[in-house]
Formats: sequence, C-alpha cells, structure tokens
Amino acid sequence: MNYYNDNKALQHYLDHPLMQRIVAMKEGGYAACGEYNYAPSCFAEARKGYEEVLALVGELCAEVVAPNAARVEKEGPSLLDGRVKYAPATEENMTLFRQAGLMGVSLPRRYGGLNFPVTVFTMMQDVVCRADAAFGNLWGLQDCAETIYNFGSVEQCERILPRICAGETMSMDLTEPDAGSDLQSVSLKATFCEEDGRWYLDGVKRFITNGDSDVHLVLARSEEGSVDGRGLSLFICEKSCGRIRTRRIEEKMGIHGSPTCEIVFDHAPAELCGSRKMGLIKYVMSLMNGARLGIATQSVAIAQAAYEEALSYARERKQFGKNIITIAPVYEMLGAMQARLDAARSLLYETARNVDMNYQFADLARERTLTPEERQESKQFSKKADALTPIVKGMASEIANKNAYDAVQVHGGSGYMSDYTCERLYRDARITSIYEGTTQLQVVAAIRYATGGFYTQLLQEYLSADVPASLQPLKERIAAMAGLYNEALAAAQAFGCQETLDFLSRRIYETAAYPIMSALLLLDAAANEELFAPSLARFVAMAEAEVAAHTAYIKNFTPELLTQYKK
Amino acid sequence: MGFNIIVLAKQVPDTRNVGSQAMNADGTINRSALPAVFNPDDLCALEQALRIKERNAGSKVTVLTMGPKRATELLREALYRGADDVILLSDAAFAGADTLATSYALSTAIRKIGNYDIILCGRQAIDGDTAQVGPQVASMLELPQVTCVREIVEMGQSGIVAVRSIENGTELVKAPLPLLVTVEGSAAPCRPRNAYRMLRFHRAATAAEQAAEGYEYKARALADEALTIKEWALADIDGDASRCGLSGSPTKVKAVANIVFKAKESKRYTADSEQVKSLVAELLSNHIIG
Repeated sequence: MNYYNDNKALQHYLDHPLMQRIVAMKEGGYAACGEYNYAPSCFAEARKGYEEVLALVGELCAEVVAPNAARVEKEGPSLLDGRVKYAPATEENMTLFRQAGLMGVSLPRRYGGLNFPVTVFTMMQDVVCRADAAFGNLWGLQDCAETIYNFGSVEQCERILPRICAGETMSMDLTEPDAGSDLQSVSLKATFCEEDGRWYLDGVKRFITNGDSDVHLVLARSEEGSVDGRGLSLFICEKSCGRIRTRRIEEKMGIHGSPTCEIVFDHAPAELCGSRKMGLIKYVMSLMNGARLGIATQSVAIAQAAYEEALSYARERKQFGKNIITIAPVYEMLGAMQARLDAARSLLYETARNVDMNYQFADLARERTLTPEERQESKQFSKKADALTPIVKGMASEIANKNAYDAVQVHGGSGYMSDYTCERLYRDARITSIYEGTTQLQVVAAIRYATGGFYTQLLQEYLSADVPASLQPLKERIAAMAGLYNEALAAAQAFGCQETLDFLSRRIYETAAYPIMSALLLLDAAANEELFAPSLARFVAMAEAEVAAHTAYIKNFTPELLTQYKK
Repeated sequence: MGFNIIVLAKQVPDTRNVGSQAMNADGTINRSALPAVFNPDDLCALEQALRIKERNAGSKVTVLTMGPKRATELLREALYRGADDVILLSDAAFAGADTLATSYALSTAIRKIGNYDIILCGRQAIDGDTAQVGPQVASMLELPQVTCVREIVEMGQSGIVAVRSIENGTELVKAPLPLLVTVEGSAAPCRPRNAYRMLRFHRAATAAEQAAEGYEYKARALADEALTIKEWALADIDGDASRCGLSGSPTKVKAVANIVFKAKESKRYTADSEQVKSLVAELLSNHIIG
C-alpha cells in the first residue's frame, strides 16, 4: 500500500500548469544546484524528486502511521513532571519522519530545509493526515517555522531553523482561557528587563496543540495598559529555558494522539519575533492563514479516509442477499462523499498554489525590488490566497464532518462501535470546523470578498476557460449558480442592514463557495475528464440544490424573521 | 576511530507478494510478474552497519551486490538509506551461480575492496532461502563468523559483542575483528529512505548508465563523485572464470515443481496418554521431531 501512489488526484495537481512557475521561482531559476547536491537542475528533475519523496511519505503512512493510528489514539500522550510524553507509537512515527528527513519540508536549503513549495508540503500533509490526523498535527506544526523565516531576524533563522529541520517540534501559543476566537484579549504578560535587555513571559496559555514543544511562538501583551490587538507582540520562547511547564493535558473528543496542553510561563526568557506591537495584526494573521490551509488539508484527508472506509465496507457488507453498495440510498451516500472530497481537494490545491505564488513573490522581494508588473501580480495572488483560504478552511472542514458522519451511516450499527476506524474519524473530524478559527469566523473573514465583488470576479475568471464540449452543459449550470449567487448577494445587501448581512452571511458564503468549488472541479475535469467528470456531475447536482435552498432563504427573508430568532 | 564496514546485499523477487503469474509453465520464476526488492534480512544487516557507523565517527559503509544491471536499483536504495559507497558486481560470467560460485565471486570482490573490519549480510535471501552465502564467504576469506545475529551491542578494536538467536532464546557472544556477521530478520528494521539523500542519489548510476542516452545528470555526476556507482566485472576482481557462474556451480537444478499443499489424510487422536505416546512415537520415527 502507498497513500501517494494510490491517489491519482495528487499526481494530477503536481502536474498543474502553474507548478512549473511556482517551482522555477522557488528554485530561483535552478541556480542552487551548484551549491547543494540535493537541489534540482530543472523542473523535470524537481518534479521527479517531489514524486519520489511523496511516494516515500505515502509508503511510511500506509505501512507505519496508519497501522499505528489506533494505538496512538488508545495510548495517548501522558504528563510527567510538567513534561509531555508522547504515546510510544507517536514517538515511533516521529523517529521515522525525522530519519526520513521530513521535518523541514518547505524551509530554504540554507537553513537545512528541503525547499519544497507549499503545494507539495500540502500534498504530504494530505497523505499524512489520511493515515492519522493527530500525528498530522504534530508533524504539520513544522509549518510554524515559516513565521520565523518570514518575520524573524537572520540571526534567529540561522540559530533556530536548522534545528527544526533536524526534527525539533514547534507550537503556536495563542489561545488563553479568556481569549479564544477573540485573540485581541490575550493577556499573557511580556515584560522587558532593562538590566539584561531581555523579555520575560508570565501567564497561562490554554488549548495549545503540542504545548510542550521545543520552540514556542507566543502571542503576549508587551504594552502594559493596552487592551486591544495593538498591544500584542510575538515571541520565540524555548523549552530549554526550563521555565515553561505543562500543567494539564486536555481530555478530548478526538485527535487523542495530539497533546492539547495548558501551559504556564513562569518568567520564561523570550525573544521578540519581528517588530513590537505587530504580533496579532501582522504575524499571527499570517501564521493563522498558514495554519488554516493546514487544517483545510487535514479536513480533506479525513474526508478521504472516511470515504475509503465507507467504500470498502459497502463493497463487502451483504444485506438482503446483496452487497450494500448496489443499494441506491447507499451508493448515493458514497457518490456524494467522493464528489465532496474531490471538490474540496480541488479548492485546496487552487488555494495552495496561490499561497505558494504569494510566498514566491515575497521571497523575491527580499532579494530585489519588484517591478510594478510583479507587484501587481503579487497582489493578485495574495488577494486570491486570502480570499480562498477562509472558503477552503470552512467548506473542507464541514465536508470532513459530513463525510465522517456518512461513513458511520454506511457502516450502520457497526460504525457506532469503536472497532471500526470510521468511529475515530467521526471524532477526529469534529475539531476541524472549530480550531484555527471556527467556520463562523471563516465566514467573517470571507464576507468582505463577497460584498467587495471579488468572488464574483473570481467566478468569471474560472468560468472564462474553454472546456471540452462534453463538459459544456455542466459549465452552463455552474454559470447559472454563479448568477444565483450574485442575486442572493444583492438581495442580502439590499436590506442595508449590517446585522441582517451578518445573519445571512453563512448562506452567502456557501452560495459563493458551491459555484467556486464546482468551477474549479470543472477545470480539473477539463484537464482530466476520466478522473474528475463523475464527481463533477454529482457535485454540480448537489451544489445546485444547496444554492437553491440558500437563495430561497435569502430571498424570502424579512426583517421580522430576525426578530423571531432573538426571541 | 572509524570502521570499514561491508554489507552484502541481494536483489530478490518479492516473494511476499506472490500472485498467480509468479511462475512460468516450465517451473521457472516469472521475474516480470514479481517486483524486485532489497532482500529483507539484508536491510536488517544494513541497519546494523549504519548503527555502527553512527556510534563510530569516521566509519564507512560499503554495500556490495552481485546481480544483473538492474541491481543498481538496490544500490540506489542503499544510498538513500545511508550507505557511503556501493559496488555492483556484474558480468555474464557470474550468471547462473549457485551459492558456492556466488560466495567465491563475492569473497574475491571483498579481497579487492580490502581493509575491512566487519562484513555484514542477511542470514538468508527470500528467494533461495539457503542461508549458505554468508558462512561460505567467511570460510573462503578465513574469517570468524557469527550467524543469526539480532543486534550488535558493542564494537571496538578488540571485536564485537552481539546478541545471537538460538533455539528457545538468545546468547551473547564475543568475536574478534575482522569477521563476518549474518543478521536475521527479527533484528531492528532498517531506517527509512532519507529525502535529502533521495534527491541527491536518484541520479546515481554506473559509468555505463551515465554514458547511455537518456541519462540527464551528466554534469551533476561529473561534479559529484558519489553519483558514480562502481561496477566490477570478473576481470576487475581477478577472478577465476571456472569458479564462477554455471561452470563454478556444483548445484544443478533438475526440475522445479509448483507444489500446492493439501491435506490428503488426517488422523484423530483422543486425549489420553496412550494416544499421545503413539503420536510421539510416530513423529519420532518419521524424523519430524527428534
């Protein structure tokens, strides 16, 4: 078994036309091949390298991580003298990934990384989380290093990043007991000591994934007396200082292998990452966007695992003298699961490519001033990345939940028993629509791109591509959905009331998301009809029904209804 | 102070995944239907070698294989997992070798490598399952040997301490250097391929492969010596052709048959001591036990 080789969709996304450009920029025109013996000398070689490493990840995941997942969940991490001890099977997975050199996937070579594009890192995470979402969290947190790379000093990068590539783990310490979705109220105190010229952290963080990591990124209040986000700075704090203690590991519904910690900073020496007061406003926003792409990936992976579990059960289970997969209400569920999975993945890789291009321009801008054309282009990619990230995080996580729900349903009574993997997936999926910003917060982040007309513009762009004649009818139906979205948006805006818009925003968001996902799946099907056309036909049919329902709700909405909700 | 470590490895058909196409009608192996893999016990031997290297800075791990040209796949895999140097022993004169001729060719190549402290190999290969090559190589090189090793716990200038499997348990043995050790499959599994090494060594090829059309990394191979896989023929190791290949193989395969095990007859015994005694007596007389 190999979780990469058996996934033709991933191979398709590796061959997306934009990949050539992403890789050429990431590789700086393939100039590094003289300096690093593992750097590629052309796109073909880079692509071959990605494939081989992805196949390695696929093999390790299918042969070790997935078989370990039940043990990881059962054993779970434990707390010993303020330190977290991973489950033995988690430790086994970590050792394997360290030995395989997979801990600094997207970091530049000068810091010891593999220098892979975010899109390829996303594929790896897609493969890892399909095997075990909890291990995916621990391994995926290497992504935090991007924040140090983007905003830390060169000295910090040189000192810390090679250690991450060698396998030290990270955490992002944001949430506090009274600051969850509302990070502006973070109160963990950072004080500057004039005598030794260092910062010290005091306070408590809660719900911290991998809270006993080696390198912590901590959001703290550096400006005494301030009350909002402008008084917050980002700090790097190291476990080796001995002044960070894990007080508690939470008992959770799912992802048991991923320790969620309450940690205490007891005058822990820390260093500023980037500029003072930019912690929340700039760095955490960037960190969160990366993390949201990560959770979207985890969601797609869980949606896939759920689909596979349901499919294999339905093929074998016999009732009424036949395999249940031949029964219409069962194959309706299975077909819908696959369609949602494929549509979510299509959106995931479109988002990843835009994030990648955005990063590549940011990297280029470090070396030289961008030309006006480059600046313009960079802005476009950046805006697309920002607009698509909340859509993919929200939609993919809800789809993970829906697929996990249906996987249990296909299993019937057996699915409710802990003997079957779908039961774990059901619990693991539940967090994806909550952490790194709830679906409701994704709607908040997305709505400005709806009201500002950006999603309308994006849909026009996607639908301007030529498709084979066989897909033309579907394209027209997607265009009709886009029309309904515009009508629904206009109807909601016509009330001229912010609260009404907020109230209807989830429906507006989904009404935009469905045609966007349909259009992206259409473009994939245009390039590979055999692989994507069946899912496309199913997804468009389902999307139409959703869009019609939301549109009806919005069009029938009256201000009186709002008052009924408040009663 | 580092050690020079040689690992003997064999590329074998993956007999763990045998499908219905695995055997030709004439009883020979249909190699195209079976993927070629790194012999599992040899991977365990490689892991023990890499552990010695990790504990002793300056050590060098050389992997030697005898086989057809495609055995470079195995050597690249060894490089991905951490080998420093790899050698392909390949010549038409080696074809059809039984274990004796194989051991002769390997020991002659090892003499050419020279200056080794320890030779590690898997206990046996999953295709032939003879477990003869390791001991024969040791014998031809007049080296002490420790077989069926599960773990090398210590290695110093004076020798090794190893855990070796015996019936119903293990024993701890000491042996002097230089020596040959065969490692069994219950030893620690080999570490995974390493991404950095894969990205570098996927270009590794023999000089002949590099010269062939379609090899895209000529410039890289010129700049990075480690990308050239050494390829030795009979003449390179000063071997005696009469002791190699078919002519050097006293073992002749008369016929190969596809045997499907079936229960032809069964006996029932009741649970009393008379019946158990008669069963034991029968098993003893059949030489199944004892």
